[in-house]
Amino acid sequence: MKKTPLYDEHIKLGAKMVEFAGFNMPVQYKGVIEEHMTVRTKVGMFDVSHMGEFRVKGNQAFDFVQYLTTNDVAKLSIKQVQYSAFPTEKGTVVDDLLVYKVNDNEYLLVVNAANIEKDFAHLSKFVDKFDVSLTNESDDTAQMAIQGPKAEDTMFKIFGDVVREMKYYWFDYVEFEGETCLLSRTGYTGEDGFEIYCKPELASKIWNKILDAGEEFGIEPCGLGARDTLRLEARMNLYGNDMDETTTVLEAGLGWICKLDKGDFLGRDVLLKQKEEGLKRKLYGFEMIDKGIPRHGYPVFHNGEEVGVVTSGSYAPYLKKNIGLAYLPIELAKAGNEIEIGIRKKRAKAITVKTPFYKRPKK
Amino acid sequence: MYPKDFRYTKDHEWIKVEGNTGIVGITDYAQKQLGDIVYVELPEIDDEFSKGDEVATVESVKAASPIFIPVSGKIVEINEELEDSPELVNQDPHGKGWIFKVELSDESELEELLTAEAYEELIKAEGE
Repeated sequence: MKKTPLYDEHIKLGAKMVEFAGFNMPVQYKGVIEEHMTVRTKVGMFDVSHMGEFRVKGNQAFDFVQYLTTNDVAKLSIKQVQYSAFPTEKGTVVDDLLVYKVNDNEYLLVVNAANIEKDFAHLSKFVDKFDVSLTNESDDTAQMAIQGPKAEDTMFKIFGDVVREMKYYWFDYVEFEGETCLLSRTGYTGEDGFEIYCKPELASKIWNKILDAGEEFGIEPCGLGARDTLRLEARMNLYGNDMDETTTVLEAGLGWICKLDKGDFLGRDVLLKQKEEGLKRKLYGFEMIDKGIPRHGYPVFHNGEEVGVVTSGSYAPYLKKNIGLAYLPIELAKAGNEIEIGIRKKRAKAITVKTPFYKRPKK
Repeated sequence: MYPKDFRYTKDHEWIKVEGNTGIVGITDYAQKQLGDIVYVELPEIDDEFSKGDEVATVESVKAASPIFIPVSGKIVEINEELEDSPELVNQDPHGKGWIFKVELSDESELEELLTAEAYEELIKAEGE
Protein backbone atom coordinates (compact mmCIF):
# COMPACT_ATOMS: atom_id res chain seq x y z
CA MET A 1 0.00 0.00 0.00
CA LYS A 2 1.30 3.47 -0.89
CA LYS A 3 1.92 6.16 1.71
CA THR A 4 1.68 9.89 1.09
CA PRO A 5 4.55 12.17 2.20
CA LEU A 6 2.34 13.16 5.14
CA TYR A 7 1.91 9.63 6.51
CA ASP A 8 4.06 10.27 9.60
CA GLU A 9 2.11 13.44 10.41
CA HIS A 10 -1.16 11.50 10.36
CA ILE A 11 0.21 8.86 12.71
CA LYS A 12 1.52 11.57 15.07
CA LEU A 13 -1.93 13.17 15.10
CA GLY A 14 -3.56 9.86 15.97
CA ALA A 15 -5.49 9.47 12.73
CA LYS A 16 -7.44 6.33 12.01
CA MET A 17 -5.92 5.05 8.76
CA VAL A 18 -7.68 3.11 6.01
CA GLU A 19 -6.85 1.80 2.56
CA PHE A 20 -8.21 4.09 -0.13
CA ALA A 21 -7.36 3.81 -3.83
CA GLY A 22 -4.18 1.93 -2.96
CA PHE A 23 -3.04 4.54 -0.43
CA ASN A 24 -2.92 4.36 3.35
CA MET A 25 -5.02 7.43 4.14
CA PRO A 26 -6.51 9.09 7.25
CA VAL A 27 -10.28 8.52 7.40
CA GLN A 28 -10.66 10.60 10.56
CA TYR A 29 -8.71 12.17 13.41
CA LYS A 30 -11.14 13.22 16.17
CA GLY A 31 -14.35 12.25 14.41
CA VAL A 32 -16.17 12.77 11.13
CA ILE A 33 -18.92 15.03 12.48
CA GLU A 34 -16.52 17.32 14.34
CA GLU A 35 -14.23 17.58 11.30
CA HIS A 36 -17.19 18.26 9.00
CA MET A 37 -18.43 21.08 11.25
CA THR A 38 -14.91 22.52 11.53
CA VAL A 39 -14.78 22.92 7.74
CA ARG A 40 -18.25 24.49 7.59
CA THR A 41 -17.63 26.95 10.42
CA LYS A 42 -13.85 27.43 10.74
CA VAL A 43 -11.10 25.82 8.68
CA GLY A 44 -9.96 22.26 8.08
CA MET A 45 -7.01 20.76 6.23
CA PHE A 46 -6.93 17.56 4.19
CA ASP A 47 -4.03 15.54 2.85
CA VAL A 48 -4.98 14.94 -0.78
CA SER A 49 -1.55 13.89 -1.99
CA HIS A 50 -3.08 10.70 -3.36
CA MET A 51 -4.69 12.69 -6.19
CA GLY A 52 -3.02 12.37 -9.59
CA GLU A 53 -1.32 15.10 -11.59
CA PHE A 54 -0.59 14.93 -15.32
CA ARG A 55 1.20 17.60 -17.32
CA VAL A 56 0.39 18.16 -20.98
CA LYS A 57 2.89 20.25 -22.93
CA GLY A 58 3.40 21.09 -26.57
CA ASN A 59 2.12 23.04 -29.55
CA GLN A 60 -1.16 21.16 -29.52
CA ALA A 61 -1.66 21.00 -25.77
CA PHE A 62 -4.85 23.03 -26.13
CA ASP A 63 -6.24 20.80 -28.90
CA PHE A 64 -5.39 17.67 -26.93
CA VAL A 65 -7.15 18.80 -23.75
CA GLN A 66 -10.04 20.29 -25.72
CA TYR A 67 -10.60 16.95 -27.51
CA LEU A 68 -10.31 14.78 -24.39
CA THR A 69 -12.39 16.82 -21.91
CA THR A 70 -16.02 17.95 -22.04
CA ASN A 71 -15.71 21.53 -20.80
CA ASP A 72 -14.53 24.36 -23.08
CA VAL A 73 -10.83 24.89 -22.54
CA ALA A 74 -10.97 27.98 -24.80
CA LYS A 75 -12.74 29.76 -21.95
CA LEU A 76 -9.69 29.42 -19.71
CA SER A 77 -7.25 32.26 -19.11
CA ILE A 78 -3.69 31.61 -17.99
CA LYS A 79 -3.77 30.72 -14.25
CA GLN A 80 -7.41 29.77 -14.37
CA VAL A 81 -8.86 26.42 -13.32
CA GLN A 82 -11.81 24.50 -14.72
CA TYR A 83 -13.85 21.54 -13.51
CA SER A 84 -14.25 19.03 -16.33
CA ALA A 85 -14.59 15.37 -17.27
CA PHE A 86 -12.83 12.90 -19.53
CA PRO A 87 -15.55 11.33 -21.68
CA THR A 88 -15.36 7.92 -23.35
CA GLU A 89 -16.31 7.67 -27.01
CA LYS A 90 -19.73 6.58 -25.72
CA GLY A 91 -20.15 9.80 -23.74
CA THR A 92 -19.73 8.04 -20.40
CA VAL A 93 -17.28 9.18 -17.74
CA VAL A 94 -13.64 8.02 -17.61
CA ASP A 95 -13.03 10.42 -14.73
CA ASP A 96 -13.73 13.93 -13.54
CA LEU A 97 -10.84 16.33 -13.16
CA LEU A 98 -9.53 19.86 -12.77
CA VAL A 99 -7.81 21.53 -15.71
CA TYR A 100 -5.18 24.17 -14.81
CA LYS A 101 -4.08 26.40 -17.68
CA VAL A 102 -0.37 27.08 -17.11
CA ASN A 103 0.10 28.79 -20.48
CA ASP A 104 -1.08 28.39 -24.07
CA ASN A 105 1.06 25.27 -24.52
CA GLU A 106 0.86 23.72 -21.07
CA TYR A 107 -1.92 22.33 -18.90
CA LEU A 108 -1.93 20.56 -15.55
CA LEU A 109 -4.66 17.92 -15.15
CA VAL A 110 -5.61 16.80 -11.63
CA VAL A 111 -7.38 13.44 -11.54
CA ASN A 112 -8.79 11.01 -8.97
CA ALA A 113 -6.34 8.76 -7.11
CA ALA A 114 -8.22 5.58 -7.99
CA ASN A 115 -8.07 6.43 -11.70
CA ILE A 116 -4.45 7.55 -12.17
CA GLU A 117 -3.34 4.52 -14.17
CA LYS A 118 -6.58 4.19 -16.11
CA ASP A 119 -6.66 7.89 -17.02
CA PHE A 120 -3.02 7.91 -18.05
CA ALA A 121 -3.55 4.88 -20.29
CA HIS A 122 -6.65 6.49 -21.77
CA LEU A 123 -4.90 9.79 -22.56
CA SER A 124 -1.81 7.97 -23.83
CA LYS A 125 -3.89 6.42 -26.63
CA PHE A 126 -4.30 9.90 -28.11
CA VAL A 127 -0.81 11.32 -27.54
CA ASP A 128 0.46 10.27 -30.99
CA LYS A 129 -2.37 12.09 -32.72
CA PHE A 130 -1.29 15.46 -31.29
CA ASP A 131 2.00 17.32 -30.97
CA VAL A 132 2.13 16.98 -27.18
CA SER A 133 4.02 15.29 -24.38
CA LEU A 134 2.16 13.79 -21.45
CA THR A 135 3.86 13.15 -18.10
CA ASN A 136 2.54 11.62 -14.90
CA GLU A 137 3.81 13.73 -11.99
CA SER A 138 1.61 12.09 -9.36
CA ASP A 139 4.44 10.53 -7.35
CA ASP A 140 6.39 13.80 -7.33
CA THR A 141 3.52 15.94 -6.11
CA ALA A 142 2.08 16.38 -2.65
CA GLN A 143 -1.24 18.16 -2.25
CA MET A 144 -3.17 19.63 0.65
CA ALA A 145 -6.63 21.20 0.73
CA ILE A 146 -7.38 24.00 3.19
CA GLN A 147 -11.13 24.54 3.35
CA GLY A 148 -13.59 26.68 5.27
CA PRO A 149 -14.60 30.29 5.99
CA LYS A 150 -11.25 30.88 7.75
CA ALA A 151 -9.13 29.32 4.99
CA GLU A 152 -8.29 32.72 3.48
CA ASP A 153 -7.20 34.19 6.84
CA THR A 154 -5.08 31.13 7.54
CA MET A 155 -3.30 31.11 4.18
CA PHE A 156 -2.87 34.90 4.18
CA LYS A 157 -0.68 34.58 7.27
CA ILE A 158 1.76 32.41 5.30
CA PHE A 159 1.57 33.65 1.73
CA GLY A 160 0.34 37.25 2.05
CA ASP A 161 -1.67 39.34 -0.42
CA VAL A 162 -1.70 36.80 -3.26
CA VAL A 163 -4.18 34.81 -1.17
CA ARG A 164 -6.67 37.66 -0.72
CA GLU A 165 -6.41 38.63 -4.39
CA MET A 166 -6.95 35.14 -5.77
CA LYS A 167 -10.41 34.57 -7.22
CA TYR A 168 -12.41 31.34 -7.00
CA TYR A 169 -11.08 28.77 -9.48
CA TRP A 170 -7.85 30.66 -10.21
CA PHE A 171 -4.30 29.81 -9.19
CA ASP A 172 -0.89 31.38 -8.73
CA TYR A 173 2.60 30.45 -7.67
CA VAL A 174 3.86 31.00 -4.13
CA GLU A 175 7.31 30.62 -2.60
CA PHE A 176 7.93 28.37 0.38
CA GLU A 177 11.51 28.09 1.66
CA GLY A 178 12.86 29.06 -1.75
CA GLU A 179 10.74 26.48 -3.61
CA THR A 180 7.83 27.27 -5.89
CA CYS A 181 4.44 25.81 -5.03
CA LEU A 182 1.15 26.05 -6.89
CA LEU A 183 -1.74 27.51 -4.91
CA SER A 184 -5.31 27.44 -6.24
CA ARG A 185 -8.61 28.64 -4.86
CA THR A 186 -10.36 25.32 -5.34
CA GLY A 187 -11.75 22.48 -3.26
CA TYR A 188 -14.24 19.68 -2.85
CA THR A 189 -16.20 20.70 0.22
CA GLY A 190 -18.60 23.46 -0.85
CA GLU A 191 -16.60 26.00 1.16
CA ASP A 192 -14.19 28.69 0.13
CA GLY A 193 -10.71 27.25 0.24
CA PHE A 194 -7.36 26.53 -1.31
CA GLU A 195 -5.38 23.62 -2.61
CA ILE A 196 -1.60 23.71 -2.53
CA TYR A 197 0.66 21.51 -4.66
CA CYS A 198 4.29 21.06 -3.67
CA LYS A 199 7.28 18.75 -3.78
CA PRO A 200 6.92 15.74 -1.45
CA GLU A 201 9.95 16.88 0.60
CA LEU A 202 8.16 20.11 1.52
CA ALA A 203 4.84 18.56 2.46
CA SER A 204 5.40 18.04 6.20
CA LYS A 205 6.80 21.55 6.67
CA ILE A 206 3.90 23.18 4.86
CA TRP A 207 1.36 20.98 6.64
CA ASN A 208 2.70 22.01 10.06
CA LYS A 209 3.10 25.65 9.08
CA ILE A 210 -0.56 25.76 8.05
CA LEU A 211 -1.67 24.02 11.25
CA ASP A 212 0.26 26.63 13.25
CA ALA A 213 -1.11 29.54 11.22
CA GLY A 214 -4.67 28.27 11.52
CA GLU A 215 -4.52 27.57 15.23
CA GLU A 216 -6.08 30.92 16.16
CA PHE A 217 -8.98 30.15 13.81
CA GLY A 218 -9.55 26.64 15.18
CA ILE A 219 -8.01 24.66 12.34
CA GLU A 220 -8.20 20.85 12.52
CA PRO A 221 -6.80 18.14 10.28
CA CYS A 222 -9.67 16.34 8.54
CA GLY A 223 -9.92 12.90 6.99
CA LEU A 224 -11.57 11.25 4.03
CA GLY A 225 -14.72 10.62 6.08
CA ALA A 226 -15.49 14.33 6.41
CA ARG A 227 -14.36 14.94 2.83
CA ASP A 228 -17.09 12.57 1.68
CA THR A 229 -19.91 14.03 3.80
CA LEU A 230 -18.88 17.59 2.88
CA ARG A 231 -18.82 16.91 -0.85
CA LEU A 232 -22.18 15.15 -0.70
CA GLU A 233 -23.86 18.06 1.14
CA ALA A 234 -22.45 20.34 -1.56
CA ARG A 235 -23.66 17.85 -4.21
CA MET A 236 -20.35 17.17 -5.80
CA ASN A 237 -20.26 13.85 -7.61
CA LEU A 238 -17.88 11.13 -6.47
CA TYR A 239 -16.32 9.14 -9.26
CA GLY A 240 -17.00 5.42 -8.88
CA ASN A 241 -20.14 6.07 -6.82
CA ASP A 242 -22.15 8.70 -8.64
CA MET A 243 -20.73 8.22 -12.12
CA ASP A 244 -18.52 5.85 -14.05
CA GLU A 245 -18.14 4.36 -17.49
CA THR A 246 -21.78 3.19 -17.47
CA THR A 247 -23.29 6.64 -16.95
CA THR A 248 -23.05 9.48 -19.43
CA VAL A 249 -21.80 12.91 -18.54
CA LEU A 250 -25.33 14.30 -19.03
CA GLU A 251 -27.01 11.60 -16.92
CA ALA A 252 -24.56 12.37 -14.12
CA GLY A 253 -25.92 15.92 -13.98
CA LEU A 254 -22.77 17.38 -15.49
CA GLY A 255 -24.43 19.07 -18.45
CA TRP A 256 -22.98 22.34 -17.16
CA ILE A 257 -19.46 21.13 -17.94
CA CYS A 258 -20.45 19.51 -21.23
CA LYS A 259 -20.00 22.19 -23.88
CA LEU A 260 -21.50 20.55 -26.94
CA ASP A 261 -21.03 23.70 -29.05
CA LYS A 262 -17.26 23.97 -28.51
CA GLY A 263 -16.33 21.85 -31.51
CA ASP A 264 -15.46 18.19 -31.81
CA PHE A 265 -14.50 16.14 -28.77
CA LEU A 266 -14.50 12.49 -27.83
CA GLY A 267 -18.04 11.20 -27.35
CA ARG A 268 -19.64 14.44 -28.53
CA ASP A 269 -21.87 12.76 -31.16
CA VAL A 270 -23.37 10.42 -28.59
CA LEU A 271 -23.89 13.19 -26.05
CA LEU A 272 -25.44 15.48 -28.66
CA LYS A 273 -27.85 12.74 -29.70
CA GLN A 274 -28.70 12.00 -26.09
CA LYS A 275 -29.43 15.66 -25.46
CA GLU A 276 -31.64 15.93 -28.55
CA GLU A 277 -33.57 12.78 -27.76
CA GLY A 278 -33.85 13.63 -24.09
CA LEU A 279 -32.40 11.79 -21.11
CA LYS A 280 -34.14 8.68 -19.82
CA ARG A 281 -32.61 8.88 -16.34
CA LYS A 282 -30.67 11.38 -14.30
CA LEU A 283 -28.74 11.62 -11.06
CA TYR A 284 -30.93 13.53 -8.63
CA GLY A 285 -30.94 14.44 -4.94
CA PHE A 286 -33.35 13.27 -2.26
CA GLU A 287 -33.90 13.72 1.43
CA MET A 288 -35.24 11.04 3.78
CA ILE A 289 -38.68 11.59 5.31
CA ASP A 290 -38.70 8.33 7.31
CA LYS A 291 -35.85 7.34 9.55
CA GLY A 292 -32.89 5.50 8.10
CA ILE A 293 -29.73 6.30 6.25
CA PRO A 294 -29.52 5.71 2.50
CA ARG A 295 -26.30 4.10 1.26
CA HIS A 296 -24.58 3.39 -2.04
CA GLY A 297 -26.35 0.53 -3.84
CA TYR A 298 -29.72 0.67 -2.07
CA PRO A 299 -32.71 0.29 -4.42
CA VAL A 300 -35.18 3.12 -5.06
CA PHE A 301 -38.91 2.45 -5.43
CA HIS A 302 -41.82 4.47 -6.80
CA ASN A 303 -45.42 3.24 -6.65
CA GLY A 304 -44.10 -0.13 -5.52
CA GLU A 305 -41.76 -0.60 -8.46
CA GLU A 306 -37.99 -0.55 -8.38
CA VAL A 307 -36.98 2.46 -10.45
CA GLY A 308 -33.40 3.29 -9.55
CA VAL A 309 -30.44 2.99 -7.24
CA VAL A 310 -28.78 5.16 -4.60
CA THR A 311 -25.25 6.15 -5.60
CA SER A 312 -24.26 8.18 -2.52
CA GLY A 313 -26.04 8.61 0.77
CA SER A 314 -25.20 9.68 4.28
CA TYR A 315 -26.19 11.49 7.38
CA ALA A 316 -25.41 15.15 6.56
CA PRO A 317 -23.78 16.57 9.70
CA TYR A 318 -24.35 20.28 8.96
CA LEU A 319 -27.94 19.90 7.75
CA LYS A 320 -28.71 17.19 10.32
CA LYS A 321 -30.68 15.27 7.71
CA ASN A 322 -30.25 12.01 5.84
CA ILE A 323 -29.60 12.77 2.19
CA GLY A 324 -28.56 11.01 -0.97
CA LEU A 325 -28.18 10.95 -4.73
CA ALA A 326 -29.86 8.39 -6.96
CA TYR A 327 -30.31 7.63 -10.64
CA LEU A 328 -34.01 8.16 -11.27
CA PRO A 329 -36.25 7.94 -14.33
CA ILE A 330 -36.32 11.41 -15.88
CA GLU A 331 -39.98 12.00 -14.96
CA LEU A 332 -39.07 11.62 -11.27
CA ALA A 333 -35.84 13.64 -11.45
CA LYS A 334 -37.34 16.91 -10.27
CA ALA A 335 -38.10 18.29 -6.86
CA GLY A 336 -41.11 17.16 -4.84
CA ASN A 337 -41.56 13.53 -5.88
CA GLU A 338 -42.09 10.96 -3.17
CA ILE A 339 -39.91 7.88 -3.53
CA GLU A 340 -38.98 4.99 -1.27
CA ILE A 341 -35.52 3.73 -0.42
CA GLY A 342 -35.05 0.05 0.30
CA ILE A 343 -33.11 0.07 3.58
CA ARG A 344 -32.49 -3.54 4.52
CA LYS A 345 -35.96 -5.15 4.89
CA LYS A 346 -37.89 -1.89 5.01
CA ARG A 347 -38.93 0.73 2.51
CA ALA A 348 -38.40 4.20 3.87
CA LYS A 349 -40.06 7.31 2.43
CA ALA A 350 -37.95 10.04 0.86
CA ILE A 351 -38.60 13.12 -1.25
CA THR A 352 -36.66 14.38 -4.24
CA VAL A 353 -35.07 17.77 -3.64
CA LYS A 354 -33.08 20.36 -5.54
CA THR A 355 -29.34 20.29 -5.02
CA PRO A 356 -26.93 21.41 -3.68
CA PHE A 357 -28.33 20.30 -0.35
CA TYR A 358 -26.02 22.89 1.23
CA LYS A 359 -24.84 26.15 -0.28
CA ARG A 360 -22.38 28.34 1.56
CA PRO A 361 -23.65 31.76 2.56
CA LYS A 362 -22.43 34.59 0.34
CA LYS A 363 -19.89 36.90 1.94
CA MET B 1 -12.81 -0.98 31.18
CA TYR B 2 -14.70 -4.18 30.31
CA PRO B 3 -17.05 -5.06 33.18
CA LYS B 4 -16.34 -8.47 34.69
CA ASP B 5 -20.02 -9.29 35.13
CA PHE B 6 -20.74 -8.88 31.38
CA ARG B 7 -20.28 -11.56 28.75
CA TYR B 8 -19.02 -10.70 25.26
CA THR B 9 -19.23 -11.95 21.67
CA LYS B 10 -16.54 -12.09 19.03
CA ASP B 11 -18.71 -9.61 17.09
CA HIS B 12 -18.25 -7.05 19.89
CA GLU B 13 -21.64 -7.18 21.58
CA TRP B 14 -21.95 -7.39 25.37
CA ILE B 15 -24.70 -8.87 27.51
CA LYS B 16 -25.42 -8.33 31.18
CA VAL B 17 -27.85 -10.80 32.66
CA GLU B 18 -30.27 -10.01 35.53
CA GLY B 19 -32.61 -12.89 36.37
CA ASN B 20 -33.58 -14.34 33.00
CA THR B 21 -33.29 -11.03 31.14
CA GLY B 22 -30.17 -9.89 29.32
CA ILE B 23 -29.31 -6.26 28.51
CA VAL B 24 -27.37 -6.01 25.23
CA GLY B 25 -25.17 -3.34 23.72
CA ILE B 26 -21.97 -2.94 21.73
CA THR B 27 -18.57 -2.71 23.37
CA ASP B 28 -16.41 0.34 23.84
CA TYR B 29 -13.98 -1.14 21.30
CA ALA B 30 -16.81 -1.47 18.76
CA GLN B 31 -18.04 2.10 19.17
CA LYS B 32 -14.49 3.41 18.76
CA GLN B 33 -14.04 1.41 15.59
CA LEU B 34 -17.33 2.67 14.17
CA GLY B 35 -16.83 6.35 14.97
CA ASP B 36 -19.75 8.82 15.24
CA ILE B 37 -22.98 6.85 15.51
CA VAL B 38 -25.89 8.66 13.89
CA TYR B 39 -28.69 6.09 13.85
CA VAL B 40 -29.67 2.86 15.57
CA GLU B 41 -32.32 0.67 13.95
CA LEU B 42 -33.92 -1.10 16.90
CA PRO B 43 -35.71 -4.46 16.89
CA GLU B 44 -39.44 -4.77 17.62
CA ILE B 45 -40.66 -5.78 21.07
CA ASP B 46 -41.91 -9.40 21.21
CA ASP B 47 -39.85 -10.48 18.19
CA GLU B 48 -38.08 -13.76 18.82
CA PHE B 49 -34.58 -14.55 17.65
CA SER B 50 -32.07 -17.35 17.75
CA LYS B 51 -28.55 -16.77 18.99
CA GLY B 52 -26.46 -15.07 16.30
CA ASP B 53 -29.43 -13.62 14.35
CA GLU B 54 -29.12 -10.11 13.03
CA VAL B 55 -31.39 -8.12 15.30
CA ALA B 56 -30.50 -4.43 15.01
CA THR B 57 -28.28 -2.09 12.99
CA VAL B 58 -25.93 0.57 14.25
CA GLU B 59 -25.10 3.22 11.67
CA SER B 60 -22.04 5.40 11.85
CA VAL B 61 -21.50 8.28 9.44
CA LYS B 62 -19.60 5.92 7.16
CA ALA B 63 -21.42 2.60 7.32
CA ALA B 64 -24.20 0.39 8.62
CA SER B 65 -23.13 -2.41 10.98
CA PRO B 66 -25.34 -5.34 11.95
CA ILE B 67 -25.83 -6.27 15.61
CA PHE B 68 -26.15 -9.99 16.29
CA ILE B 69 -28.08 -11.25 19.30
CA PRO B 70 -25.70 -12.99 21.75
CA VAL B 71 -28.36 -15.44 23.04
CA SER B 72 -31.71 -16.81 21.85
CA GLY B 73 -34.86 -15.21 23.18
CA LYS B 74 -37.62 -12.63 22.93
CA ILE B 75 -37.10 -8.88 22.81
CA VAL B 76 -38.78 -7.38 25.89
CA GLU B 77 -37.54 -3.79 25.84
CA ILE B 78 -35.69 -1.45 23.49
CA ASN B 79 -33.73 1.67 24.33
CA GLU B 80 -36.02 4.30 22.84
CA GLU B 81 -33.68 7.07 23.91
CA LEU B 82 -31.40 6.03 21.06
CA GLU B 83 -34.00 7.19 18.54
CA ASP B 84 -33.24 10.80 19.42
CA SER B 85 -29.75 10.37 20.86
CA PRO B 86 -27.85 7.63 19.01
CA GLU B 87 -24.61 9.25 20.21
CA LEU B 88 -25.25 7.64 23.63
CA VAL B 89 -23.70 4.51 22.11
CA ASN B 90 -20.46 6.48 21.67
CA GLN B 91 -20.66 8.28 24.98
CA ASP B 92 -21.64 5.41 27.27
CA PRO B 93 -21.53 2.12 25.35
CA HIS B 94 -21.71 -0.10 28.44
CA GLY B 95 -24.38 1.99 30.17
CA LYS B 96 -26.88 4.47 28.70
CA GLY B 97 -26.02 3.27 25.23
CA TRP B 98 -27.58 -0.20 25.75
CA ILE B 99 -29.65 -1.29 22.77
CA PHE B 100 -32.27 -3.87 23.81
CA LYS B 101 -33.28 -6.35 26.51
CA VAL B 102 -33.89 -10.00 25.73
CA GLU B 103 -35.71 -12.67 27.72
CA LEU B 104 -33.39 -15.66 27.55
CA SER B 105 -34.85 -18.90 26.23
CA ASP B 106 -31.73 -20.95 26.99
CA GLU B 107 -29.46 -19.77 29.79
CA SER B 108 -26.85 -22.39 28.98
CA GLU B 109 -25.93 -20.35 25.88
CA LEU B 110 -24.24 -17.83 28.17
CA GLU B 111 -21.47 -20.33 28.83
CA GLU B 112 -20.41 -20.10 25.17
CA LEU B 113 -19.79 -16.35 25.41
CA LEU B 114 -16.46 -14.70 26.21
CA THR B 115 -15.48 -13.51 29.66
CA ALA B 116 -14.08 -9.99 30.06
CA GLU B 117 -10.52 -11.40 30.11
CA ALA B 118 -11.05 -13.43 26.96
CA TYR B 119 -12.64 -10.44 25.22
CA GLU B 120 -9.77 -8.15 26.14
CA GLU B 121 -7.36 -10.67 24.66
CA LEU B 122 -9.43 -10.82 21.49
CA ILE B 123 -9.34 -7.06 20.91
CA LYS B 124 -5.66 -6.94 21.76
CA ALA B 125 -5.16 -9.43 18.95
CA GLU B 126 -7.29 -7.22 16.68
CA GLY B 127 -4.83 -4.45 17.26
CA GLU B 128 -5.97 -2.06 19.95
